[in-house]
Amino acid sequence: MSATASLTAEAPNYLRDGSTLGSWLFTTDHKRIAILFAIGITIFFFIGGTAISIVRLELVTPAGDLVSDDTYNKLFTIHGIVMVWFFLVPSIPATFGNFLLPIMIGAKDLAFPRLNLLSWYLYIAGAAFTVITLIAGGVDTGWTFYTPYSTMFSNTAVLTAAAGVIVVGFSSVLTGVNFIATTHMLRAPGMTWFRLPLFVWGIYATSLVMVLATPVLAMTLLLVIAERWLDLPIFDPSRGGDPLLFQHLFWFYSHPAVYIMILPAMGVVSEIVACFARRRLFGYSFMVYCLVAIAVIGFFVWGHHMFVSGQSAYANLVFSFMSFMVAVPSAIKVFNWTATLYRGSISFDAPMLYAFGFLGLFTIGGLTGLFLATVPIDIHVTDTYFVIAHFHYIMVGGAVSAYFGGLHFWWPKITGRMYPGSWARFAAILMFFGFNFTFFPQFVMGYLGMPRRYHAYPPEFQVYHVLSSAGAAVLGVAYLLPLCYFAWSFFYGKRAPANPWQATGLEWQTSSPPPTGNFVAVPAVTDPYEYHPKEGPIDVQGQLL
Amino acid sequence: MTGMKLLLPEASKMAREVDIAFFVVLAISLVIFLTLFVLLVAFAARYRRGTCVPRGPLPRVLQHEIEIGWTAGTVFLAIFIFWWFVSGLPLPPRYAPNQLEIHVVAKQWMWKTQHPDGAREIDALHIPVGQPVRLVMTSQDVIHSFFVPAFRLKQDVLPGRDTELVFTPTEPGTFHLFCAEYCGTQHSHMTGEVVVMTPQDYAAWLRAQPHGDTLVRQGEALYAKLGCGACHSPQSQVRAPKLAGVFGNTVVLAGGGRAIADEAYLRKSILSPRDEIAAGYPPIMPSYAALASSSDIEALVAYIKSQSVQGQHR
Repeated sequence: MSATASLTAEAPNYLRDGSTLGSWLFTTDHKRIAILFAIGITIFFFIGGTAISIVRLELVTPAGDLVSDDTYNKLFTIHGIVMVWFFLVPSIPATFGNFLLPIMIGAKDLAFPRLNLLSWYLYIAGAAFTVITLIAGGVDTGWTFYTPYSTMFSNTAVLTAAAGVIVVGFSSVLTGVNFIATTHMLRAPGMTWFRLPLFVWGIYATSLVMVLATPVLAMTLLLVIAERWLDLPIFDPSRGGDPLLFQHLFWFYSHPAVYIMILPAMGVVSEIVACFARRRLFGYSFMVYCLVAIAVIGFFVWGHHMFVSGQSAYANLVFSFMSFMVAVPSAIKVFNWTATLYRGSISFDAPMLYAFGFLGLFTIGGLTGLFLATVPIDIHVTDTYFVIAHFHYIMVGGAVSAYFGGLHFWWPKITGRMYPGSWARFAAILMFFGFNFTFFPQFVMGYLGMPRRYHAYPPEFQVYHVLSSAGAAVLGVAYLLPLCYFAWSFFYGKRAPANPWQATGLEWQTSSPPPTGNFVAVPAVTDPYEYHPKEGPIDVQGQLL
Repeated sequence: MTGMKLLLPEASKMAREVDIAFFVVLAISLVIFLTLFVLLVAFAARYRRGTCVPRGPLPRVLQHEIEIGWTAGTVFLAIFIFWWFVSGLPLPPRYAPNQLEIHVVAKQWMWKTQHPDGAREIDALHIPVGQPVRLVMTSQDVIHSFFVPAFRLKQDVLPGRDTELVFTPTEPGTFHLFCAEYCGTQHSHMTGEVVVMTPQDYAAWLRAQPHGDTLVRQGEALYAKLGCGACHSPQSQVRAPKLAGVFGNTVVLAGGGRAIADEAYLRKSILSPRDEIAAGYPPIMPSYAALASSSDIEALVAYIKSQSVQGQHR
């Protein structure tokens, strides 16, 4: 065992292929670019987290006494903009997608490696510029930039922030184009579409949404800039503009953006559940259809953000119906993951705990989506903490749990090191409880009428805010823990074998960490998730007989 | 029920319906969630690694039929919930003569309300219990949202157009009024209260208020000041639509469309008259956006309306 470990240590791999700063900043290796993205999103995650920590501290008391109302508004705007565009949207696609997509389909790199590097530079430049704007000047519009507030009334740095977000949008589009081309053109011999791991399908569906939706965000923000800077009447009603036009355009991007965050998460969870249940994924082809269905239907539900905006009552019904329809494939995916456990051989390593967390939290997020799709209920709870809780269950309970699940699953592959398993399991459990502790009270206070984005609030809501802030403290610790043990593992962790989880999938056929060209020999492609034969018995260990 | 902290007072007819819908969807969600939760825990326990249980491939019947079964079931459930709440929806609110019509103007960061007889309030709204109320709302600056949790009602208030809320308060009491759409620095201070009173108390309260001109009178004065009658009065030589009786009618538009002459249409016709020209008239009216503030337009619309509706409060 130790002999193989030291062999792995000596083997050439992408991490050892040059150690200068230049070898990282001018690399075209998709694995190194993935690491660059990972460093970026980690920094932005903690910036967004710091902003919301101050917000949660402020909300411990009903009076607005810790920061001024202006600062409060700027803080939640930082949190929203940074977490949505600089963390969640690139989180899984730009890190695991970048690292794993070529390896999973048996390719040497992405189709356009230099475009991939450009994508990172656009991301880091746009995001850093925006964050400097947000911290030095400040923007108080919320991440939604609603007009006419953003175009005519806010006297903060809307122009520069919007410009930065547009630049980061181009990074999304380039990454999406790259992934689509790679999936179409570079699959290894034998890697048919229905042999693709679901993670690849998730990234592929996400890329389609990125390429189709993100340009609309760029156009929308350009219109905001045009009105604010060039004084063109686009949203100003007194000059024939329409403020609701902005909301239609904005949500036409921003609802699909939710699927940009959740589809890759679904892919990650599919990989983890199959591996740790040692089971073929139940209903593989249905899972694929569901991913595609969510990506397509997701384009036709944007109006459910606007039930009280003054749009027509009939439009409300159409968008409500479409929202119920998009719930169907999401529900089927949850059923299929659950069914995959049946007759499995389940172990509870850290990635699996995160996947279980995802299942519970995503289910709650999805079910509360039914409340919001029901127009009369939505009229009451929209723009309250109920909505905040709902989308955090999807984006944090769902997407972030899956991100951490994926991180624990593929960390040995990416770094070639193992991490302390019991610390990781502890962090997973702490994150699950901290999360519920933070966000479940928000459902209750939202139903009771606590509006969003309030700096001060009536005292009867205080008990829920205190619970939520206490939970946020637990959650904060749970997010810091992995930072510590991963840092330790990177330098001192035990060397990881090529396939520490005995998982299927081409990424486990190459060494940990993989060599620069990903594979020394051409990998053998089989069905994904061949954890047991389609027919015939398997033993109690879940091994093939 | 009212003693429980988890429940909001139900103070309007709508509130009861929203709560029924809420708790029905909650019950459905709980059934689904608990089923999944029990299955997850049971599978996790029974099939944890090392237990001695059968783990062969699934029987064929479980592989496809069950998938089709729960897909169909989920589609059916989704359509059922949709059908069920839609069938219970009230029709879009229409003008009715028995409604108490109150005008609401939102601005950063206050609510201004005006009663039919001219009484005005700031950050407060007094209304009698049991009386259908119709709020006609507009904003002077950004988008706000009129939210009364106890009524389970919320409606965005937009600049440059009217939105409406129709409701009937059913319980006397004092309830929160919140601005629910983020509107700038002091958004969280854009709150107020809705006081629902018995009809007698309301009448007494109304008498005690200082009365300005009613909205209709203000509108009449503006109508004269801005010279609207020069074109729109029956004696005018200019070919312009006569306004008496226009409110509530269908207007045939140049180009073949039709529009109902409601508040939104009248407002639009004052602000950008050339967008929807009544058929047969030349498009000669200029925009009055620069000459009339949004409260002025409320008043003008109220005046034009009073020329059409019999028994309108004056």
